[in-house]
Amino acid sequence: MKKQLIALILALVPFTALAAGGGNVHLDKMEPDLYDKASLQNGAKLFVNYCMGCHSAQFQRFARTAEDLGIPQDVIEENLIFSSSLKYNDQMRIAMQKEDAAVWFGAAPPDLSLETRLRGADWVYTYLRSFYADDSRPWGVNNAVFPDVGMPNVLAPLQGIQEKVCDPNHHVAEVDPLTGKQVGESCLKITKEGAMSKAEFDKAVYDLTNFMVYAGEPSKLESNRIAPWVLGFIVILFFFAYLLKKEYWRDIH
Amino acid sequence: MAGNRNKGNPGLMGWIDDRFPATAMWEDHLSKYYAPKNFNFWYFFGSLALLVLVNQILTGIWLTMSFNPSAEGAFASVEYIMRDVEYGWLLRYMHSTGASAFFVVVYLHMFRGMMYGSYKAPRELIWIFGMAIYLALMAEAFMGYLLPWGQMSYWGAQVIISLFTAIPGIGPDLAQWVRGDFLISGITLNRFFALHVIALPIVLLALVVLHIIALHEVGSNNPDGNDIKKHKDENGIPLDGIPFHPYYTLKDIVGVAVFLFVFCAIIFYAPTMGGYFIEAPNFEPANPLKTPDHIAPVWYFTPFYAMLRAITFPMFGLDAKFWGVVVMGAAIAILFVLPWLDKSPVRSMRYKGWISKIFLVLFAISFIILGVLGALPSTPGRTALAQLCTAIYFAYFILMPWYTKFESTKPVPERVTG
Repeated sequence: MKKQLIALILALVPFTALAAGGGNVHLDKMEPDLYDKASLQNGAKLFVNYCMGCHSAQFQRFARTAEDLGIPQDVIEENLIFSSSLKYNDQMRIAMQKEDAAVWFGAAPPDLSLETRLRGADWVYTYLRSFYADDSRPWGVNNAVFPDVGMPNVLAPLQGIQEKVCDPNHHVAEVDPLTGKQVGESCLKITKEGAMSKAEFDKAVYDLTNFMVYAGEPSKLESNRIAPWVLGFIVILFFFAYLLKKEYWRDIH
Repeated sequence: MAGNRNKGNPGLMGWIDDRFPATAMWEDHLSKYYAPKNFNFWYFFGSLALLVLVNQILTGIWLTMSFNPSAEGAFASVEYIMRDVEYGWLLRYMHSTGASAFFVVVYLHMFRGMMYGSYKAPRELIWIFGMAIYLALMAEAFMGYLLPWGQMSYWGAQVIISLFTAIPGIGPDLAQWVRGDFLISGITLNRFFALHVIALPIVLLALVVLHIIALHEVGSNNPDGNDIKKHKDENGIPLDGIPFHPYYTLKDIVGVAVFLFVFCAIIFYAPTMGGYFIEAPNFEPANPLKTPDHIAPVWYFTPFYAMLRAITFPMFGLDAKFWGVVVMGAAIAILFVLPWLDKSPVRSMRYKGWISKIFLVLFAISFIILGVLGALPSTPGRTALAQLCTAIYFAYFILMPWYTKFESTKPVPERVTG
C-alpha cells in the first residue's frame, strides 16, 4: 500500500531527478532501509570512527541517534562519544576548528547532517567507493565522482587501494537497461587488498550511507509511523462525509 | 444589508443580534446565500484555497515560535524545528507543502474562472480582487522561500531582486533599497521575515474578505454561465439556487477529505516532492561566495521565469533583461484586464465558439510547457520553445477581443443544465 502510494506520487511528478547535481557520472543505486537497525547501528559506528574526525553532524544529537537506533545510553557514551567535552544529549559536533581545517584541507570539511538530502544517497554511496590512487593529488588519491576533491580516502584501510584503469568520464560502463545496474567492467580496480573484501566494503559503505540518510531526516521514522493512521482517518472521514452529502442532496434535482 | 432583521428575539442569540448582526451575517453568507445547484469538480478549489490559507497561518504561527530570523541562525533554527521541536517536522512540512498546494488550488481556481467566464460582468471586481490575492500570494511565497536561508533561498532571491536592476536609471538603487544592503544579507532576511509574517498575511486576509464580499454581492457564476436570479420563486429564491449551507458546506467537506488525503500523503511520504517543493540545494546553508550550478525558482514561478529567459534580444536600445522583466510583468498584468478583453455575449466555454475553446486549450498547454521549461537549464531549442509558448500565452489575451466578438456562439439555456 505504502509503496504503491509512493509510486503514485512519483508518477505524478514527471521530472524527479532534476534537482540532483553531480554531472553525468554514473551513480550506483542505493536503496536506504530505515528499519534495518543493524545496518544503521553499524553505519553510526563507521560514521563516528571514520567521518567524525573531520566532519560534524551538528544538527543530529547522540541521544536522538541512540533512541531511534535502539542503542543503550552507556554503549553510546563508551563507544561513540570520544570527546570529553561532549555529553549524551549534545549534538554530534567535532573539536576541529573550521579555520584550521580550511588550512589543512584547502576547504573546511562540510557538516554532514544533511549531505544525503543535498546530494542524494546514491551520490554518497558511489562517492565513498570511487577513490583511486593519484600521485598528483596532495593526499595521493582522487575521486571519480568528485574530481580533485580535497578529502583523503579515510576508508582505504578497509577498502584497500584502488587504481583507475581507464577514464571513467569517457568510459561508458555497460548498464542493464532494465535494472539500471552496472554490469560491465568498472574503471576502478582494487590493486591492493584492504581489511574487507569488495562485497564487505560495499556493505559497510551501504550501512554508512544508510545512517547518513537516517541522520538527514530522523523525523522520517515518526512520519512513516503516523502516516497510515492519518490517511486512514481521512479515508473514514471521506466515507462519512460522502454519505452525509448524498443524504442531504437527495432532493436536489 | 442586515437592516432590522432578527431584532428583538429572545435568548442569547437575540441579545447578540440586537447588538451585532451575527444571524444576519450567517444567513447572508451561508444559510441564505443561494448558489447555483450545478457546481461541478472545478468549484472545490475556492474553499480549498481558504483551507490552505488557514493551514499556512496556523502552522506559520507555530513555526515563528522557534524560527530565528538572522543570517547566522536561520538555517540552524529550521533544522532545530525539524529535529528538536515536538512535531516541528510536521509543522514545517505542512507549511512548505501548503505553499505549493496553495498555488495548485489557486491555479485550478483561476482556470475555472477562465473556463466559465466567471470574470465577466458583473463579476469584474471579484476577478480583480482575486488577481490581487494571486499577486500578494506570489510576494508572500517569494519572501517565505528566503527564510530557511539555504543556497536556493539565497540565490533564487538574488536572481529575482536583481531583476529590479534592469529598470533603466533607478534600477540598481531600487534593488539596493529592496535588499537594504549591497547584497542579500541578514538585513534582507529580517525585512522579508517581517513582511512574510505580518504585512502580507494581513493584506491577503483583507483581500480574501473583499473577494468573498464581492462574490456574495453579485452571486456565484456556474458552469452554464447563465444568471440564476432571473428565475425566482414566489419567495424571491432562485429556482436553480440552493443554500450554500448545508448543501455546499457538506459537499466541500467531501472535497476537503480528498484534498487532505493527497496533501498528507505528500507531507508524510514525499515532502520535497523530488526537489520540486523543497529544492535539494536548499539543504546547504546560504553561501554568498558559491553560486549553485543551476538556479531554478520553485515550480509555481517557473512559467514566468521561462518567459523572462525567453527574451534574449535587445530592443529599442534597451537590453534583453529589461524586456524580459517587462514581458514577465505584462504576463501577470494582462490577467487583470481579462474581463474587458472578453467581448463574447456568453460567459461559459460550453457556449462559446470553437476558436475560444482552441485558444483556452493552447493557453493552458503553453503555460504548463513554460512551467516545465522554467525549471530546466536553458538550451537554444528550449529557448525557442519558450518563445513560442510566450507568444501563445499573449495571443490568447491580445486576440481575445476579436475572436470572442466574431465567433458564433451557442444559445445559453435559461435554466442551469447540471
